[in-house]
Amino acid sequence: MIIIFLLIPLSIVVAAGFLLAFIWAVRSGQYDDTCTPAMRMLIEEKNSAGEISKTKIK
Amino acid sequence: MTETIASTQIAAPSARAKLACFHCGTLCRDDSFQREKKVFCCNGCKTVFELLTENGLTEFYQLSATAGVRVNASAQIDRFKFLDEPLVRERLVDFTNAKLTRVTFLIPSIHCIACVWLLENLFRLQPGIGQSQVNFPRKEVAIAVETERVKLSDVVTLLASLGYEPELKLSSLDAKPRSQLARRLWIQIGFAGFAFSNIMLFSISDYFGLDSFAGGNFRKITGVISLLLALPVVTFSAQDYWRAAWTSLKQRLLNIDVPIAAGVAAIFIQSCYEVFTSRGNGYFDSLCGLIFFLLCGKLFQQKTYDRLAFDRDYKSFFPLSVTRQTGRADLRVSPDARQRVPISQIEEQVSLSQIFVGDRLIVRNGELIPTDARLVEGPALIDYSFVTGESEPVEKKLDDYLYAGGRQMGGAIVIEMVKAVSQSYLTSLWNQGAFQKKHKHDLNRLTNTYSQRFTKIIIVIAVGAAAYWAWASPAIALKAFTSVLIVACPCALALAAPFALGTAQRVLARSGVFLKNPYILETLADVDAVVFDKTGTLTAAGAGNVVWLGEVLTETEERWLYSMTRHSTHPLAVRIGEAIKREHFPETVRSFLETAGCGMEASVAGNEIWMGSVTWLQSRLVHVTEKITNAGSGVYVAIGGKYRGCFELANALRANAENVVGTLALDCTVALLSGDNEREREIFSKIFGGKAQLHFNQSPQNKLGFIRKLQQTNKIVMMVGDGLNDAGALKQADVGVAVVENVSAFSPASDVILAAGMVARLDEVRAFARRSVRIVRTAFVISALYNLVGVGIAASGRLAPVVCAILMPLSSVSVVGFACLAAKWSGRKLNRPPAVIGLKISLVVAKKR
Repeated sequence: MIIIFLLIPLSIVVAAGFLLAFIWAVRSGQYDDTCTPAMRMLIEEKNSAGEISKTKIK
Repeated sequence: MTETIASTQIAAPSARAKLACFHCGTLCRDDSFQREKKVFCCNGCKTVFELLTENGLTEFYQLSATAGVRVNASAQIDRFKFLDEPLVRERLVDFTNAKLTRVTFLIPSIHCIACVWLLENLFRLQPGIGQSQVNFPRKEVAIAVETERVKLSDVVTLLASLGYEPELKLSSLDAKPRSQLARRLWIQIGFAGFAFSNIMLFSISDYFGLDSFAGGNFRKITGVISLLLALPVVTFSAQDYWRAAWTSLKQRLLNIDVPIAAGVAAIFIQSCYEVFTSRGNGYFDSLCGLIFFLLCGKLFQQKTYDRLAFDRDYKSFFPLSVTRQTGRADLRVSPDARQRVPISQIEEQVSLSQIFVGDRLIVRNGELIPTDARLVEGPALIDYSFVTGESEPVEKKLDDYLYAGGRQMGGAIVIEMVKAVSQSYLTSLWNQGAFQKKHKHDLNRLTNTYSQRFTKIIIVIAVGAAAYWAWASPAIALKAFTSVLIVACPCALALAAPFALGTAQRVLARSGVFLKNPYILETLADVDAVVFDKTGTLTAAGAGNVVWLGEVLTETEERWLYSMTRHSTHPLAVRIGEAIKREHFPETVRSFLETAGCGMEASVAGNEIWMGSVTWLQSRLVHVTEKITNAGSGVYVAIGGKYRGCFELANALRANAENVVGTLALDCTVALLSGDNEREREIFSKIFGGKAQLHFNQSPQNKLGFIRKLQQTNKIVMMVGDGLNDAGALKQADVGVAVVENVSAFSPASDVILAAGMVARLDEVRAFARRSVRIVRTAFVISALYNLVGVGIAASGRLAPVVCAILMPLSSVSVVGFACLAAKWSGRKLNRPPAVIGLKISLVVAKKR
């Protein structure tokens, strides 16, 4: 049963990690606009500038 | 590589009509604009296509069938030069330093996924432009540019050349409120949810008495951990409740925040006491759950409609820039020497803050008169419908005084400023105290009246229980007291209104009724006087039937008249043109001449055609046989000097408007306030019934005064209006409803924004508001039942944490579930037919593009 005294802080640390991730997400504006990212996702990205420059480098 | 992609992609849209513009889909006149076997309606569209092809951005046309926006090509290159004025620039940008500038533009023509894609690929069209990000619901794009390489005017010119001209109004200069509040609420919820779930996890052993297996230390540790986890929740997440409770106590009010704060405080103190004295683990789980649910309710009720602004003032109505005739200095020296300068090419775009009294401004068709001015050149036909409510445009002669806010219809005119923008009639009207009045309404009135009684009862019970136990068994007295406060903490009660009314708000939004906040419904349900504006509210501007009186026109004649109307921007001509429009292409019109106030004449296919007012035709010795007697306007037509017939243009009532007024009149006082003349009094007195008050020729102050007088007779007044002339009345009324044809267009400050199609269903909206309030009341009863059970247990001094941990979420969830489902169910009828209305709105938007 002694193991629980190790597991409890461990679980809190993990949970706190998620909380921090959530705070970061909110701060970086991910909850400001929940509509456009859903549209952006549908756009094929193979044509975007990043990919083109990569193929050129190759 | 990009070339091959481009050519394969372009083969796709063969489904479109043969002569539809490849870019924007408009029917093309002929195939004079061609490129790569694609037809375009104008040079602007062709240019966009070329620009996109050259830069390998043809994917744009693949993403959506209706991707392209028609480009209103403007000849002036320097149209946006004023954006580089330091004063304008400084206030427009979000952020700037020597390297980088970030700016956000509102672009109403953003409408599909392809727009998002193209605007986020702007950097490929012009070097120096960095990342750009679209916020689709707000129809905004945030663009980063290199400060030295790219000027603001370059960015806007590029956007405009693509058909995405940003909306640049005077209000764009004001600081934009960013929603930091919403972010803070999210984080508060995050903390509360985190603590709630974790404490519950640690408390499971405590609930079932399993912690004895782990020894006494275990219980102590989980207790301390729970306390530590709950601390940020009580101090940070719940801080708004502390503050609100403190303010309402200072004002000697017992609103809902007081019992919430008292409950939270009681739980926290009791739990701390238990932990420190090793008596148990307290109720930290219930505490965090309570705050978590309350905050969720808060988030739910904070639903905002991004593209709608309920607090607009005249600044969002005025453009940011005007066209000024240059050579101003000379005119200033001798303002009376009125040399007739023709409307020349010598003009510049300047921001509104850069013009002064004495400047000469050029106002083109459809543009606004930015300030009080004197007409210097051109026949002016000014549409004041938005400012005064007059339905017909007014003709102005040279030297006439023009009030700000009018819209010029027809050719360009030149005006000379008489007053500074900040001192014009319209601006000074707006800045009057009466128009600035803020509502002092108690939001959430329903909950607060109920909670006043509730709080008093709870205090009586708590004190009673403590007194009883102090006499029977003093050890439990304190526990009984705090237990009552804990259980009675009105979480479910506080959630009922936000969720029921918030759901109702969403239901309404789907039908085109947008509420500033959900609590408007409470007032809406109590409304017992409804005041209507006429123009634009009960009548639709320019949507009336056009009827031809006289011998039926042949198809050829109809085509002649249609061709003629295309040359005029007079609203009546435009309406006739719309009505007799056919598939065929117009005839060539020769020697077209329009005489303001009279009519127009031209020669079409060798026939001399006159269209205009009856007196004008009579003065040309035409024998007119028909005369329009009832309300509406007539346009008389003579072909070859002979009377042919006339168009009757009815000033159309909105469909079903009379029924709505009739239904509302059953249990409300109804009234009509119009800025227009009395011409239509008869029609409206029939609709409104004999008893209703009908007032015509009303100034904005008259309207405001009328509302105030109604309120003094203890009426709860709803004002339904659309124009700037209603702005004061809308603010004064208990519920101000602004009617809009296009949801994203300008509307004066109001509580409700109503899509024009919903005017005819205003009675249903009110009935729905009443049902929603009834749902909230029912939810109160349900939560009271839970409290009754809980208080019964608590007063007996036997409140176990596990009971509390079950009862509290159960009551909250069931009340929230009931409130949402009931509101949705009661709004199902409202949502059914408006699918058509929704479509109409989008069509209007599409047309406006």
